[in-house]
Amino acid sequence: MKKSVRFYSGAELVAMAAIDAGCRFFGGYPITPSSEIAEFMSIMLPKVGGKYIQMEDEIAAMGSVIGASLTGEKVLTATSGPGFSLKQENIGYAYMAEVPCVVCNVMRGGPSTGLPTALAQSDIMQAKWGTHGDHPVIALTPAYLEEIYEMTITAFNLAETYRMPVMLLLDEVIAHLSSAIDLPDKEKLVIKSRRKPTVTPDKYYPYDTAYGDVPPMANFFEGYRFHVTGLSHDKTGFPTTDPELVQADQERQIRKVSSKAHEIFDYESYLMKDAEIAIFAFGSTARAARVAIDNARKMGIKVGMVRFRVLWPLDEAEVLKVCSRSKAVIVPEMNMGQLSTIIEKFTADRTKLVKINHVGGVPIHPTDIFNEIKGVN
Amino acid sequence: MAFEYEKYLRMEKMPHLWCPGCGIGIVLKAMIRSLDNMGWDKNDIAFVSGIGCTSRAPGYIDCNTLHTTHGRALTFATGIKMAQPAKHIVVFSGDGDATAIGGNHFIHACRRNIDITLVVVNNNTYGMTGGQHSPTTPIGYKTSTTSFGNIDPTFDICLLAKAAGASYVARSTVNKGKILEKYITKGLENKGFSVIVATANCHTQFGRKNKMGDPISARKWIESREIPLDKARNMKAEELYDKIITGEFISEEPEKTFWDNYNHSTQEYTDAYQTIIEKAQKSKDGESK
Repeated sequence: MKKSVRFYSGAELVAMAAIDAGCRFFGGYPITPSSEIAEFMSIMLPKVGGKYIQMEDEIAAMGSVIGASLTGEKVLTATSGPGFSLKQENIGYAYMAEVPCVVCNVMRGGPSTGLPTALAQSDIMQAKWGTHGDHPVIALTPAYLEEIYEMTITAFNLAETYRMPVMLLLDEVIAHLSSAIDLPDKEKLVIKSRRKPTVTPDKYYPYDTAYGDVPPMANFFEGYRFHVTGLSHDKTGFPTTDPELVQADQERQIRKVSSKAHEIFDYESYLMKDAEIAIFAFGSTARAARVAIDNARKMGIKVGMVRFRVLWPLDEAEVLKVCSRSKAVIVPEMNMGQLSTIIEKFTADRTKLVKINHVGGVPIHPTDIFNEIKGVN
Repeated sequence: MAFEYEKYLRMEKMPHLWCPGCGIGIVLKAMIRSLDNMGWDKNDIAFVSGIGCTSRAPGYIDCNTLHTTHGRALTFATGIKMAQPAKHIVVFSGDGDATAIGGNHFIHACRRNIDITLVVVNNNTYGMTGGQHSPTTPIGYKTSTTSFGNIDPTFDICLLAKAAGASYVARSTVNKGKILEKYITKGLENKGFSVIVATANCHTQFGRKNKMGDPISARKWIESREIPLDKARNMKAEELYDKIITGEFISEEPEKTFWDNYNHSTQEYTDAYQTIIEKAQKSKDGESK
């Protein structure tokens, strides 16, 4: 029998991987270009006994996933720029209360309603600093369909492991790609779930640092009867204004990710061994960069790429190590310089930095990058 | 024998943060007696709130408690109820929390008729932030942001809930704790979205600016404006100006008029979703024919 070919879109793969990771709740609100993820989830979730709900707005969608997560469910919401802005209030709550959830943002042109149907990569700083106050951040940036599936699973694993929201940043091109791909063997997937308390309810504290920087998390309705608030709280979960306790809690929350940054950070090093020119890219822009690099290599130009699979936390020491030979860095991105500002900060004293910033909604063409490679060579 | 409130309270969290004579305590006690009437296991109850004076209540209740963001309590509660339809979800909210910043969530929770009981403590003001005017501050009254008298018309929370599709709606005041208990109990018994409004005194913020800065005069002001629903039906609109209409706006036997029932499904939301799960699991290709 002939093997049938199955095409998958980026949006469909987010939904499939979420289900395979154990996600059983989706709270959403329609927005271009992420609506397909909600549509797929509305069909797939009830088939596995999960729950899909379209809420009255983006804020409500984010609230609903936090509520469901507190009962022990793995949860997902998906949105795009304007919705991502609206969700920030409750994303901040999820950081503060340490509630695992995955937030997929299919990036489109901004600010405001901007370019609803066109590509951008301009929410990477909002993913980091979108809500008020300080908090840890994990943001993943897949560039290929296979990676969307794999990294959606990773996003759930990280959310559960670190007890926090994890940002899955797709750009419009990546979400709308459609191609035949081989999916990994489901039996071999590594699926992680939050650590649950091993103590009896009378000895349980929802933010007990005796177990490390990521305290075990009880579910609602399982006898623990704990309190959850967005106010600064002590280990019991009740509000406190004690300066030392608040300070310690904020430091722990930042540390739970920063101390594991080298483990969480992930990138692809493409032809970097001898590279004199390093391209830093992520998402669909990295695909154009790869074509440009291959063309430049044919001309004998020693150019390579650091492609971020995880953008935050960014392990600067690791990146510096990889590009230690590079005399120039090129940062192509679909925004006005959000990534290059970061790269510039730690490479400025040693390399020349070239920025390619397109915000018109049209993908950066390999030729645009190739011309810059030739220019700096 | 006196009722043992301690059974439902986290006594180690006392004293509470409310002002002496605050109306919220009366509503919370009515809530506790109602929970006791139901006889539910405390482990099966989630007590959810937003932001404001009223929203600090869950911290004192010995259940699964969730103090969320301003106005958003019903969104978190909806997620909890969807994930765990067999559990009991109670939301405590103030007038600003429920009908201003949370107004959208309020009408949509009513529309879905999801099995959650919402108690709105209406004290006509934003107490915690210093007594600014809310969507229920009566016209002409002074607050810290309406020094020359409020000109914003008010919401009637019960009529709003009824029009939006809630399946049990009632209102009483802190002067009638036993009636509040009766209404909240009926709300908890109702399989659907229930709204119980408890008109309450905030003498500290609202009262102080309107010549009723002590609990007694503030509660007398409420009492002087209470009109039972049956009596109100026979009164002229101008006679009902600035009055508090009390009673059950929708009870278990709703009036079967066209306007009361058109476009309202009586099915509870998580029950309705169960039929979706069954349909989805029967279909092969994902979409129902």
